[in-house]
Amino acid sequence: MLVLIVGCGRVGSSVARAMLREGHTVSCLDEDPESHTRLEVGLERSWEDLGGQFTVGAGLETEALEAAGIAEADVFIASTDGDNTNIVIAQIAQRRYEVPTVIARVLDPLRAEWYQRQGLHTVCPTRVAIDMLESAVRDSAGRGEASDDTAATV
Amino acid sequence: MYIIIVGAGKVGWNLARELLDKEHEVTLIESDRRRYLTVEQELEHAVTYGDASELWVLERAGIQRADMVIAVTGDDEDNMLICQVAKEKYLVDQIIARVNNPRNRRHFDLLGIKPSVSATDLILRLLEHEVPEYGLVHLLDLQEEQLEIIEMLLGKDSGVTGRRVGDLQMPEGSLLISVLRAGKGFVPTADTVLEEGDEILAVLDPGKEDDLKVLFGPEGNGSNGDG
Repeated sequence: MLVLIVGCGRVGSSVARAMLREGHTVSCLDEDPESHTRLEVGLERSWEDLGGQFTVGAGLETEALEAAGIAEADVFIASTDGDNTNIVIAQIAQRRYEVPTVIARVLDPLRAEWYQRQGLHTVCPTRVAIDMLESAVRDSAGRGEASDDTAATV
Repeated sequence: MYIIIVGAGKVGWNLARELLDKEHEVTLIESDRRRYLTVEQELEHAVTYGDASELWVLERAGIQRADMVIAVTGDDEDNMLICQVAKEKYLVDQIIARVNNPRNRRHFDLLGIKPSVSATDLILRLLEHEVPEYGLVHLLDLQEEQLEIIEMLLGKDSGVTGRRVGDLQMPEGSLLISVLRAGKGFVPTADTVLEEGDEILAVLDPGKEDDLKVLFGPEGNGSNGDG
């Protein structure tokens, strides 16, 4: 399976390494040549030696996307640091290249939700953080002095 | 009409000013604090501070009742998505998007963002108009209608000067609609004889430009190659 990851920051590079370890073919695209170094953090051999592919270019550049193998990709992950870029390139992958699985990282919860309803698979780290924080607070409230009774009177 | 403009750069600011002069209701949204404060000195309550990529900023600006949204930021992704959300989520009737990098135009088209306007493209068109060796000038693309209108100057080497319009074998899917001669335009008849220096306007199906170039160019003899 060919996994194409656009945006090789902390999230993108971690997913890239994990997918490579699981035996998939992984291709990364990033504007910043330095992000290649981040990809190799914790690896005993170079990214290319391990079978990975790395292309320097912007996600909106058709040539860069094609050089990174978008036409053959089975999975496309948009994980740059910009919501708007991620939403646009994910739709390009979906509509122009008909990649079977397309996932976009979207930090803005409102838009993540709306685009999800429009048929774009979005992952919203902000939503995850909100949910975890809320449940952590509820858990501690449940364990502490506040009982269900006092909560109800508040 | 209520018009929301996103991006208070030169384009957005001037556009807002013109539209306010024409008595439209305008809200200009700017995400850079310093730029906002500059523009606010002139436009006052017609400009608002915020990132229009965020839905609540658009809602606060009253996008639900907007008749038109114009996205003219310096960022193509922003312009695309602001217009996409305006059209598909808030059902705004009219959208206009600015294309900063003409190479991104195909992405605007893919997401159904029409019309999109590119200053670079406009200047290129002007350049084509001013530089005669391009031969054929694109005047108008009617994308929805799948037609375009072009202009061509008949030079002294054109193969069709001195010929009757009725004798020309215009390629299928093209039509000669007018002739500009000595500063005046007229609609040609079959008996009109083309002269050197005439500028002709033709409407055609996209992709017929080359056929027309051959027909009216130095190699042309008024027939489209078959006859």
